[in-house]
Amino acid sequence: MNSIQELFQKKDKNLLSIYFTCGYPKLEDTTKVISELEKSGVDFIEVGLPYSDPLADGPTIQDSSQKALENGINLDVIFEQLLALKETNKTPLILMGYLNQMLKFGEEKFCQKVVDCGIDTLILPDLPMIEYENHYKQLFEKYGLTNVFLITPHTSEERIRKIDSYSKAFIYVVASASITGAKGEISNNQVAYFERIRAMNLQSKLIVGFGISDKSTFNTACKYANGTIIGSAFIKYLGKNGVDKIDGFIKPIIC
Amino acid sequence: MKFQPTKEGYYGQFGGAFIPELLYPNVKELEDNYLKILESDEFQKEYKDLLQHYVGRPSPLYLAKRLSEKYGATIYLKREDLNHTGAHKVNNTIGQILVAKHLGKTKIIAETGAGQHGVATATVCALMNLECTVFMGEVDIKRQAPNVARMKMLGAKVVAATSGSKTLKDATNEAIRYWIQNPETYYLIGSVVGPHPYPDMVARLQAVISEEMKAQLKEQTGNENPDTIIACVGGGSNAAGAFYHYLENEKVELIAVEAAGLGVNSGESAATSQLGEVGVIHGSKTILMQDEYGQIVEPYSLSAGLDYPGVGPLHAYLFETKRAKFMNATDKEALDAAFELTKIEGIIPALETAHALAVLPKMDLKKDQVVVINLSGRGDKDLETYINHLEK
Repeated sequence: MNSIQELFQKKDKNLLSIYFTCGYPKLEDTTKVISELEKSGVDFIEVGLPYSDPLADGPTIQDSSQKALENGINLDVIFEQLLALKETNKTPLILMGYLNQMLKFGEEKFCQKVVDCGIDTLILPDLPMIEYENHYKQLFEKYGLTNVFLITPHTSEERIRKIDSYSKAFIYVVASASITGAKGEISNNQVAYFERIRAMNLQSKLIVGFGISDKSTFNTACKYANGTIIGSAFIKYLGKNGVDKIDGFIKPIIC
Repeated sequence: MKFQPTKEGYYGQFGGAFIPELLYPNVKELEDNYLKILESDEFQKEYKDLLQHYVGRPSPLYLAKRLSEKYGATIYLKREDLNHTGAHKVNNTIGQILVAKHLGKTKIIAETGAGQHGVATATVCALMNLECTVFMGEVDIKRQAPNVARMKMLGAKVVAATSGSKTLKDATNEAIRYWIQNPETYYLIGSVVGPHPYPDMVARLQAVISEEMKAQLKEQTGNENPDTIIACVGGGSNAAGAFYHYLENEKVELIAVEAAGLGVNSGESAATSQLGEVGVIHGSKTILMQDEYGQIVEPYSLSAGLDYPGVGPLHAYLFETKRAKFMNATDKEALDAAFELTKIEGIIPALETAHALAVLPKMDLKKDQVVVINLSGRGDKDLETYINHLEK
């Protein structure tokens, strides 16, 4: 059983996950951000690997990636930072990056490093399903890794059913046809979409992301899914308030 | 048919559709329909009619006598610079705008480097009365001012890409992000890059270049096959068009010329085949300039149209299989070649095209060797760059 499945056995409602960018705002902040998020009561953490050309991300996350890269972050540093946390961190981590990073680092080496850091779940938004089926499914299974697939309001039912059968951790329900970034509120159309997905009675847990930014959007999304991921709103807060005040972002959402 | 893509859009290991789920429905819609549309009688009739009466095709195949004399070969220039809007780009935009219309799309987005594709897209949108938004790097907006003015005059909205190197790669990222947020739009890609089916679709639309070349060579020389075809490569659409009908005929030497910028090993270059490795960019697996951690390296070339860190997947495959010979030219060599062609043939080429011309002095040419250089575009847009170097 993977770490996210274990988590869902203990808690399957109102889960809060936070996305953050490694090496942001400062190079050494990765470990501090993770431990502060854990202390604040976040259920699991999405560890973002900064990338030069992040197609699925909005300007906030892209800027944080740019700054992190300027700070000197790279995969070797990230894996060192994550390894240093392995013994003390009890909150499940999932890794989010783009396929080219894994390709260049070496697929097997990348998977091994991920496992060494105690991580078993990945999000690669530009990994196509056909590539997963033909190649990566086998590779990930070899290392005990689970891939998280995204669905959007435009994903067909047939495709969602297939994704459901491949998902071991959860399905990432992209809240709207958009790149990442806070939208402020959840529309009736989005609610209809969440209800449609819920009515499909999928075996997978559902986590909503993209456009979730505060207590109100968190609460609404949690009515229809098992939890949410907040990214851009947290990155903005972190940029403004620094790593010592992370509690100030998390507590108002979960209390 | 070694050089045709598989059903999933692969040329050997290159190609595919590496896109976020958010774009899957758009790309799938296109993939399911593009061949049906391109091969329909209705499309073919309208496409050919517009190419002839609107674009001005066939473009001449011109025997450049003085250039031939100078380099000791028989050199023809395929005059894509004489197309409406001044480059080969319009062959593709005319085709794709018809595809967009068949799919019922009313809003068009595009990316552009030198502005030639942006102008060609804005032109066909004006022609078809469709809303047009063009993404262009902030740096390119400055260095290609005449084309920016043209796009605006044609009614297009020009959006500055301000991330990364602020050039073509970033304009493409911005266009893709906009597309994710506005899935009802049609993304009119300007080169043989991007997720399948774009590389194949754009190559098919540019193939009119080699189709005409065959007939014109046959008429002028008695043989439809040249010995050598030379074309510049950024993403690679003019080269794909010039090579297309000769890909399977290995007797025809294909030469792809990349921009070396200040020199291949200067750190300021866009010679992807020399500096790149296998990677994924803008939705396809290809050869890509990147650092040891897979971060995309910002390319450099004086020519905005070649300033791209990847090449189309077909070109990656032509490079890997050695079907095409990849050469390169520096900024200086391209400038020299542009001034030379202007002086001896009275043709001011685009700075991109000048790279293709710049390999002539590096080749071991023979008098009866028939060489076709794809003169992909004209140099009006580069006049400011040329003036700056004229004064030096």
